[in-house]
Amino acid sequence: MDLINNLALGFGVAFTFQNLLYAFGGAILGTLIGVLPGLGPVATIAMLLPSIYALEATPALIMLAGIYYGAQYGGSTTAILINVPGESSSVVTAIDGYAMARKGRAGPALAAAGLGSFFAGCVGTIIIAAFAPPLTEVAFKFGPAEYFSLMVLGLVGAVVLASGSLVKAIAMILLGLLLGQINTDVISGVPRYSFDIPELTDGIGFVAIAMGVFGFGEIIANLGRPAENREVFTKDVKGLWPTRQDFKDAFPAVLRGTALGSILGVLPGGGALLASFAAYTVEKKMKFRPGEVPFGQGNIRGVAGPESANNAGAQTSFIPMLTLGIPPNAVMALMVGAMTIKGIQPGPQVMTSNPELFWGLIASMWVGNAMLVILNLPLIGIWIKLLTVPYRFLFPAILSFCCIGLYSLNNNNFDVFMAAGFGLVGYVFYKLSCEPAPLLLGFILGPMMEENLRRALLLSRGDWGTFMTRPLSAGLLIAAILMIVVVSLPAIKNKREEAFQDAD
Amino acid sequence: MKIKSQRDFWSGLMFISVGIAFAWGATNYSFGSSARPGPGFFPLGLGVLMALLGATVLFKALTIEVEGGAPVGAFAWKPLVTILAAVVIFGFALPRLGMAMTLPLLIVVASLAGDEFRLREALINSVVLTVGCWVIFIYGLKLTIPLWPVFLGL
Repeated sequence: MDLINNLALGFGVAFTFQNLLYAFGGAILGTLIGVLPGLGPVATIAMLLPSIYALEATPALIMLAGIYYGAQYGGSTTAILINVPGESSSVVTAIDGYAMARKGRAGPALAAAGLGSFFAGCVGTIIIAAFAPPLTEVAFKFGPAEYFSLMVLGLVGAVVLASGSLVKAIAMILLGLLLGQINTDVISGVPRYSFDIPELTDGIGFVAIAMGVFGFGEIIANLGRPAENREVFTKDVKGLWPTRQDFKDAFPAVLRGTALGSILGVLPGGGALLASFAAYTVEKKMKFRPGEVPFGQGNIRGVAGPESANNAGAQTSFIPMLTLGIPPNAVMALMVGAMTIKGIQPGPQVMTSNPELFWGLIASMWVGNAMLVILNLPLIGIWIKLLTVPYRFLFPAILSFCCIGLYSLNNNNFDVFMAAGFGLVGYVFYKLSCEPAPLLLGFILGPMMEENLRRALLLSRGDWGTFMTRPLSAGLLIAAILMIVVVSLPAIKNKREEAFQDAD
Repeated sequence: MKIKSQRDFWSGLMFISVGIAFAWGATNYSFGSSARPGPGFFPLGLGVLMALLGATVLFKALTIEVEGGAPVGAFAWKPLVTILAAVVIFGFALPRLGMAMTLPLLIVVASLAGDEFRLREALINSVVLTVGCWVIFIYGLKLTIPLWPVFLGL
């Protein structure tokens, strides 16, 4: 049994003292940033990227992964208790979770979210372990044409499934791709768009964009909004354990959420956010038990379903990154960056060349999920305390960490200035309601896409037909076109808008 | 002609101008041919495509009615300028003054962006965060960040 052997290897790596420590550190940090509004996993991982120079590759990735799924747990806590989703993927959890908290049932809501997430995390881990090796086999058959088509599909998927205007989202991707063109051309060695600034010939730092747009832009936007009076249901968290009826209601929702999240997580552009929206929509459509609380008024299924889905999605979104080296979302893009920093070329060869890293990371996800249940349920009181820290203490701290992270990236203040510039850009995006996440994805994929496009054209002697005559490539492109067509159909379009409107 | 969606109108203009700028810049680099694409090949194509999409957004903004006109709304100038200035000051001062002086500077300036500024709190915050950052980044992670001002010659 290869699977068992591989997992045994993985657990051997994950259970070393050092790696347990980093998984724990990542989980705590993730919960922390999940609880604190205005600081997401993208900005946090970007902030920590410089520090992983000092670490080995495996513990570094284990820690970063811990931050990502830790944030999913932490985000639900604030969503339930103060109706402020700490994470975008917890937006729908806030609807019914907060309603439950108002009725004095914050405990069962938190327990449903935590246990549901744990269950989903376990399933997600097994799915990665089972499906990663066969997918890696397929990936070895990929030539430049297939890689290019796959990236097109990924980028299209990212916008089709995102909220907001489709055309604007595609334009944001293109903007990201164009920003990725500021570099030295890999094939001819010509510096492009550098304006004779030596720092720009290496390209704009990914971290500078991520921190500027997501970190600084977010802080400015938060400060620009009038302070709200938040009602914290701290005293009401007693009796954590759900009733038997709660279990009966929540369990099928957890199963559905996990299944949905696992599938959507693998899709390019998917991941935790989309999974939780889809799960909430599905739960609303399911048949009601007589006497069940309606949605929006504290139905436990509205917490259990989306929370399981977002955690399952967070896990399975590692699959395309680990097997193909293609990040399906912004967090995975950062993980690719982290691997590159550690000298590992992400792609199908990672599994064979770095088996300890590959399987250790997967096993650590299960370990991390188990830690998170312990961190979140019995220790909930500590996290609640954190919610009472006022923002005026918080944002200078976030700013300080970001600035130091930016400086230490290259020991150069150029990245700090770049990030300040992107902070302005990020605020403009916020004002114009242009979603910045697709930009980041485009920026990461841009150079890879260009290289593969030009290689494919070189190989086919300039024949564009190569993308349609190679069956794998054609299939991927057709899938991308179908996605756009389907979403543009009026009936689906309205449904899509309706689904995202629920969150507002 | 009346603008139906302010946000989309300005977004469209932004996409068009950036697309044209990149496409125009790409003409400085060799385009090559389909069989041998040069460094200008990809950015030119992308720039043109983006300008076209920008035009679509702009066209929609002028034709499709949106509830309330989607106004851009007032810019939060105070936090915007203060935060960005704090970051730029940090970038400028760190190599010269070191972390021990630059971080408190960053924190006090940035704190001015909030609605309720209290000097005492900002100073306490500065001390706590500076010591914290020293422990995490210089002592713990051993990053090479200048700690003291250059003129002290430490």
